[in-house]
Amino acid sequence: MRYSGFKVIKEALTGHKGWKPAWRDPEPQAHYDIIIIGGGGHGLATAYYLAKEYKQKRIAVLEKGWIGGGNVGRNTTIIRSNYLLDGNEPFYEFSLKLWEGLEQDFNYNAMISQRGILNLIHSDAQRDAFVRRGNAMMLNGADAEMLTTEQIKKRYPFLNTEDARFPIKGGLAQHRGGTVRHDAVAWGYARGADSRGVDIIQNCEVTGFRIENGKCLGVETSRGFIGAGKVGCAVAGSSSRLMSKADMRLPMESHVLQAFVSEGLKPVLPGVITFGAGHFYCSQSDKGGLVFGGDLDGYNSYAQRGNLPVVEDVCEGGMAILPAIGRARLLRMWGGIMDMSMDGSPIIDRTHIDGLYFNGGWCYGGFKATPASGFCFAHLLAKDEPHPTATAYRFNRFEKGLMIDEKGMGNQPNLH
Amino acid sequence: MSQVNRLSGGQIDTGQTLQFKFDGKSFTGHTGDTLASALLANGVRLMGRSFKYHRPRGALTAGSEEPNALVELRSGARQEPNTRATTTELFDGLLANSQNKLGSLKFDLLSINDRFSNFLSAGFYYKTFMWPAAFWEKVYEPIIRNAAGLGSLSLQDDPDVYDKGFLHCDLLIIGAGPAGLAAALTAGRAGADVILADEDFRMGGRLNSETFALGDHSGADWADATVAELAALPNVRLMARTTVIGAFDHGIYGAVERVSDHLPTPEANKPRQILWRIYTKRTVLAAGAIERPIAFENNDRPGIMLGSALRTYANRFAVAADKRVAIFTNNDDGHRTAADLHARGVKIAAVVDVRPDAPRSTDYEVLHGEVVNTKGRLGLTFAEVRLGDGSTRTLECGALGMSGGWNPNVHMTCHQRGRPTWNNDIAAFVPGGELPPGMSVAGAANGDLSTAGALTGGVAATTAALKELGFKTKKHTLPQTEDAPVNLTPYWYVEGCKRAWLDQQNDVTVKDVQLSHQEGFRSVEHLKRYTTLGMATDQGKTSNMGGLAIMAELAGKTIPEVGTTIFRPPYTPTAIGVLAGRHTGQDFHPKRLTPSHKWATEQGAVFVEVGNWLRAQWFPRAGETTWRQSVDREVLATRKSVGVCDVTTLGKIDVQGADAAAFLNKVYCNGFAKLAVGKTRYGLMLREDGIAMDDGTAGRLAEDHFVVTTTTANALPVYRHMEFVRQCLFPDMDVQLISTTEAWAQYAVAGPNSRKLLEKIVDQDISNDAFPFMACMNTTVCGGLRARLFRISFSGELAYEIAVPTAYGDALMRKIIEAGAEFDVTPYGTEALGVMRIEKGHAAGNELNGTTTALNLGMGRMVSKAKDSIGSKLSEREGLNTADALAQVGIKPIDPNDPVPAGAHLMKADGPVDAAHDQGYATSACFSPNLGHAIAIGFLKDGANRMGEKMRLVSPLTGVDVNVEIVSAHFIDPEGERLRA
Amino acid sequence: MIIEHPLLGPRDSAEFTYMGDARLIDRPDASSETAARDFYEYGYLRENPAGWHDELWFHEAGDRSWLVVTRNTLTHEISKVEMARDVARSRGRSK
Repeated sequence: MRYSGFKVIKEALTGHKGWKPAWRDPEPQAHYDIIIIGGGGHGLATAYYLAKEYKQKRIAVLEKGWIGGGNVGRNTTIIRSNYLLDGNEPFYEFSLKLWEGLEQDFNYNAMISQRGILNLIHSDAQRDAFVRRGNAMMLNGADAEMLTTEQIKKRYPFLNTEDARFPIKGGLAQHRGGTVRHDAVAWGYARGADSRGVDIIQNCEVTGFRIENGKCLGVETSRGFIGAGKVGCAVAGSSSRLMSKADMRLPMESHVLQAFVSEGLKPVLPGVITFGAGHFYCSQSDKGGLVFGGDLDGYNSYAQRGNLPVVEDVCEGGMAILPAIGRARLLRMWGGIMDMSMDGSPIIDRTHIDGLYFNGGWCYGGFKATPASGFCFAHLLAKDEPHPTATAYRFNRFEKGLMIDEKGMGNQPNLH
Repeated sequence: MSQVNRLSGGQIDTGQTLQFKFDGKSFTGHTGDTLASALLANGVRLMGRSFKYHRPRGALTAGSEEPNALVELRSGARQEPNTRATTTELFDGLLANSQNKLGSLKFDLLSINDRFSNFLSAGFYYKTFMWPAAFWEKVYEPIIRNAAGLGSLSLQDDPDVYDKGFLHCDLLIIGAGPAGLAAALTAGRAGADVILADEDFRMGGRLNSETFALGDHSGADWADATVAELAALPNVRLMARTTVIGAFDHGIYGAVERVSDHLPTPEANKPRQILWRIYTKRTVLAAGAIERPIAFENNDRPGIMLGSALRTYANRFAVAADKRVAIFTNNDDGHRTAADLHARGVKIAAVVDVRPDAPRSTDYEVLHGEVVNTKGRLGLTFAEVRLGDGSTRTLECGALGMSGGWNPNVHMTCHQRGRPTWNNDIAAFVPGGELPPGMSVAGAANGDLSTAGALTGGVAATTAALKELGFKTKKHTLPQTEDAPVNLTPYWYVEGCKRAWLDQQNDVTVKDVQLSHQEGFRSVEHLKRYTTLGMATDQGKTSNMGGLAIMAELAGKTIPEVGTTIFRPPYTPTAIGVLAGRHTGQDFHPKRLTPSHKWATEQGAVFVEVGNWLRAQWFPRAGETTWRQSVDREVLATRKSVGVCDVTTLGKIDVQGADAAAFLNKVYCNGFAKLAVGKTRYGLMLREDGIAMDDGTAGRLAEDHFVVTTTTANALPVYRHMEFVRQCLFPDMDVQLISTTEAWAQYAVAGPNSRKLLEKIVDQDISNDAFPFMACMNTTVCGGLRARLFRISFSGELAYEIAVPTAYGDALMRKIIEAGAEFDVTPYGTEALGVMRIEKGHAAGNELNGTTTALNLGMGRMVSKAKDSIGSKLSEREGLNTADALAQVGIKPIDPNDPVPAGAHLMKADGPVDAAHDQGYATSACFSPNLGHAIAIGFLKDGANRMGEKMRLVSPLTGVDVNVEIVSAHFIDPEGERLRA
Repeated sequence: MIIEHPLLGPRDSAEFTYMGDARLIDRPDASSETAARDFYEYGYLRENPAGWHDELWFHEAGDRSWLVVTRNTLTHEISKVEMARDVARSRGRSK
């Protein structure tokens, strides 16, 4: 079923009787060519592109709970491609380009809104780093603009430019950055994949891999064994837990990242703002809520909830840069499990087990990567070679010394 | 006509009349009123508009669960959007305005949305607005955004202050209703340290709203007497107006005390609110229960509210919501409302009960049936009832109470991912097995919905909790009180209804849930996210259950099988200001000032933030109009004669012990074992992953005593790292570390005349022979003040760093200036320091960026192969040692007028300019007043072998594309002759 | 969170800086033939369990002890706190 304004009007006039489920609820088959573990954004996007771009058949997505229930449903919805390093920037720019055509591609309005992202600068060293980054972006074909404090004041008159402990000294803007209605991404990919024959199987938890003679033959699940030619894992914060069932240790830790939303407010913030002298980023959703976040709590956690010190720290950052939000109210806080890798960059690679593939280590940048991650993982699964924009995301980069460390924090995952 | 619906009695002070304004119109109320009760007293039912359809709305509740009656409270910078009228204490001069409307509240132009509601069904926006692609940002979204949101921020800085504090107790009791008060009495009398917190301004909870007695007292009087007894106990802290917002790990609770929100403005020196972090050993959650509505067609008109809210308004606030009231109920509680209102002279139009066996009354009519629709554009006028026999009746009424049963307030029991369980007796979720450690639940929150049950539950929970803590509790007699059973027939929505509201704020109706199910959004989380059910400012406190029940029915499941969404903090929306506390404006972070800060201020220094430090950036002099003039002068003067710079902010770590040298040999990649006493060495510290972490110097003051310096930025991480190496890797080394950054004031004295200057201050011989380059010593200055002297140089000049105890820093700086007058000593700031280090090619923060190796920094040979040091092994990885690895170089413009900006990228002179052909980048740049042109240092692939190569330095971001030459990074004195002079 | 410091008693976790897996104590022998592989595994691979986890916390705003805290990553419950130095010695580390 194709969605359109016409269809909405027609259904409204005929009692909404014609709407069908956005995706089927199939029983798992005994065998698939490709199984994707994880019905989050990345897993669903992988299945979608496998079916659509790589013309693969007999694909299943296995999700232990309900689709879109992981980080794609609990992030701060930001998209951008303002990366510095060669290993990253082409990939994230590819992702941003996919975002730009995504709604028409999968026929679902994910409210992709390129209202811009602005990274504020508070020191000369930060300016130097952002100039280098902006140049790297532009040399990779992405957009970037250096804004002066005056230009920033004009666009965001309520930023603290008068009494700031760390005055704003400019900002690096990417106007093509912005926000997306996060749940709709999962649903749009799910619907698009389902309509191309992908079986999306919810409430189906993978409990183990069947591996014989170094080859993965399928997965044991809460709904029985399901055979597969290839198995791709895209389970983000649960990566270590899942891959331990294949006796793998991963270069990552799972950490809790809290995120926050305020009560609905009339429009205040046109785009995304990040504070450079503390950790705080904020945008305003189409419903009016200020959506914001900051640092990881900092300790390994699978609890999907954090603690007060970081809540306070984030709100302090918010008040430092947006002193007008003091009387807005925080409505809800939540936590997601971040697959924090050892250099802050992801892995999209084969494992040492034949037929078993891995996608993870997205840290807290996974949402914006969703389309390219799915596309590149699909490429790898279909062709057994990395997509040209994802050649650096290999397991062996740590052993070889080829880290992709945007922040320069080294093998300390909670600092990325 | 004022306060037309005011009754007598209640817990308001009719002797105190308060003036207030709503939407510009003046009204009166009384002390003890909320804004909502005062508006209802004045016959105002219409208080707001819903989010999506802009439906006219009044108060649904009398508490913090309110979805409808949200206002912009106060004006100017204190304007506070989305403020619940139902919890806003009335004060004299209160100003409130309705929100989320275009035009007036009565004639909201956006109510056109309601006419088109059929087109705006759940999730409609996911299916349209996609063509043409560019129209989303340009057309559709701006329209949606402008319509979205509820209230407005003033966009002015919040003028109030907020405090934070810590509290510790044995027992935290959340909620001061019958269960909480009984719990507090038990614990208070037992001598435990108790905190009793309640969100209301008047403790007592439902006791204030009900008419039944506790022993010889009315409920409210018993609450008053109990609160008075508790207030007299020194071990009990009563916290009214305090909402516990969340249960965090290890018995830590967040609570917000609204100190001043009931006043026009905070009293002098008082905060508006305080965030308390309450550390408690045990917690009794006595948060009560919230009544739930019933979904029927057009059940959202102003005047339709929870039955219990009607009771609260009548009994506590002495307000009849209207003169004629109907009740729609599925349980006995609805009849209690009717009886209470009847007793206060309010006309009961009828009680409509879905149960055929409902209790009868001689005072009013009881109908078996369902309310199937209502009328009244801006407020209820009629309710249509379908009777059990199929006939219909129209009831004239201005208010209608809905009584669908009660939901225990399990919110806080689920903050640590516990899930509630289902209780069939009351058809509601009750606290589940996995509560936050240390928490127990009592009273209605635990599903004990009678007053007697609340009292005994409060005592029992407290007795058990205190027993674990070793307190003995005394038995005390509880008053006789209401102990009615719950007679309820689960009933969620009227069969066949469509536009029957579940979530009144977000306009989610029964048919939206049906559509969600039809389209496959059947998991409770999908239901929430697709329809926005429960995502409004009330977080679904009155709406979620109905949605779950309908989804369960559609899916052929039980309600517990469908389950709940996750309860998340805060319990009610919390001002962002109070979570930030005092950390705003200049107080966002503490300021660290060096001992000579005052002196620098006197010199007119311009300061710059370096982490939390403030450092002098340059010292402008009269006539200098640009910072460059000042910096150039400082650099030239230093290189010509002598300059002095405050370097106190550098990290300093004292390393002592027999194994001190062996220890430094581990943490630095270069060797330290053989460093002679009285000598200083440059040290490069690697992280274990082989990347450069920090650099600095280590001076050996004695066989077993080193002084290590770090960069300003890394003082803390380096110290932490060294302690890790000491405690975790080499625990038996005889070595001790202490950070002495704050203990010593340190000054760099640099330039050809630096020795001459210091000879006037230092008490010992510092001639080149006695104290050569890289020497260090403990010494004295000014005739006996202990000091440390290092002959090290960041500027490339003959230079020293001299340190004295912090208390003498200011005096030493003044002494240096005085002694240096004959040499025209020039104070210089961080800018000149930076210029001189770039001229000299020293790496600093921009080069030690967390991705560079010793090899990149041109120090590859420093990594000793003779020993194992932190990072040495992983620095050998092939990827870090490629033939074309980045190497630090100098960059100079071919045309001396060209800039060479930091952050620009290096490209081959004749090659393409794109990422694929990137050769490197400039890290640090400055104008060199000594060379008369801009210079930069940077990293270039295979840079060491490309000296003299002509390249392009491009910065498309800032519009720079210049021809440069790759040169040695040592622009000044490459042989180091000045250093050794 | 509250960490029972073996020397100082209960301290707020906000006083501490976190580093992670306590296996970082087990720094490999650089002279071993397998040192390259050992250091890679030491530096980069983590068990990352969902459950009990021995981890390193530094009492940065306190006495500057490194502690080994045994904490459950699913519930945040802490069952044991030891001085990292004692743990290091018990695992055979010395000079």
